[in-house]
Amino acid sequence: MTATSAVIARDHPNDPLLRSDRFPHILCPGCGIGTVIHCYVEAMAASGVPLDNHVCVSGIGCSGRAAGYVNVDSYHTAHGRAIPFALGIAIHKPELRVTVISGDGDLTAIGGNHFIHAARRNMNLTVVCINNFNYGMTGGQAGPTSPRGSITSTAPKGVHDRPFNLPDLARAAGASFVARWTILHVRQLRDAILRGLQKPGFSFIEALSPCPTNFGRANDLGDGMAEMEVYRQRCRIVQELPGFDELDIDFVDEERPIAVGNFVDIDRHPYQPVGADAFDNVPNGTQRVHHPVGEE
Amino acid sequence: MATIRTNRQPMDMERAHIPQGEVHVIPERCKECGFCVGYCPEQVLAFSQEINAKGYHYPVLAEHKEDACVHCGFCNLICPELAIFTVEIARQGGSGSAGSQE
Repeated sequence: MTATSAVIARDHPNDPLLRSDRFPHILCPGCGIGTVIHCYVEAMAASGVPLDNHVCVSGIGCSGRAAGYVNVDSYHTAHGRAIPFALGIAIHKPELRVTVISGDGDLTAIGGNHFIHAARRNMNLTVVCINNFNYGMTGGQAGPTSPRGSITSTAPKGVHDRPFNLPDLARAAGASFVARWTILHVRQLRDAILRGLQKPGFSFIEALSPCPTNFGRANDLGDGMAEMEVYRQRCRIVQELPGFDELDIDFVDEERPIAVGNFVDIDRHPYQPVGADAFDNVPNGTQRVHHPVGEE
Repeated sequence: MATIRTNRQPMDMERAHIPQGEVHVIPERCKECGFCVGYCPEQVLAFSQEINAKGYHYPVLAEHKEDACVHCGFCNLICPELAIFTVEIARQGGSGSAGSQE
């Protein structure tokens, strides 16, 4: 054997931020969700907000596992309902920094209306959408972000529909911060999540991730490394939000670049509930009564 | 990635400090995705001959690259399993470094 062993460690320096007893996690080799979780916990540690004030909410799907692996208050909600659940927390406890980490199908198909209306109201939320172009957990069905022409288990002859253009959708709906990075751009992704955590209003970060088990295999993209190589060769960093067509992702046309960058960073007034102090003046009769679980 | 060859030296080469890193690996977490091995800018890493409990080849230091890590932290951040990280150590030998540790 010619190679020398590296120092063998038992714990990672970021383990206190994670539920490391659950590691190794369930995600496939070559999947990028673990990298997004890692970027999120690093941004969380760098944000200056105490860990007790961070909340992570996720929906259903592979990406929904994220809430189960971070060592902060976290919630694994019903399918598509991560944003409304997070809204409730953000409105009632404005001192908390609420982050939604979920997948493209959960956020923009099942929870699509919640997504655009949260962006419209400019709620104090950071939404990290892990886009792997299909429904990975259930077997690689075509989702709202599957690029045109890509092969999925429900579109064996190629997807006919035009995919959602998530950064453009978020910008059009009124988000204050919109970014798109791949999991190869780890430092930029971490900094974008950090910017989202520090910025009031609705921040949307799309993280393109390989899905070697379903999307990559069906589309002959190879393993996770091969899909990362596609990102490395085709990503172009742009500063301003490009046009609608420029933002489209196309895996069939190999010449077409994938635009990444921090597209939108504007100051808009974040959502303030009408009479935010009204919750303090609710008459006694209408206050919710706490029922301890298990007692009748 | 080939080493950049140039006849000119940066003007602050004397003051520049190139850190040295020590690679730490948690073999039991590794799933052999290859991101750290493939994207290490100094190509410090290679796959092990041995396998871990799940049957994956985890990263080890490549041949003749024992002191080549510059503690950039890219492998740490890109690892989906949090199975690798680097720690800065005092640089041994003269190659590459002109500045002091502080």
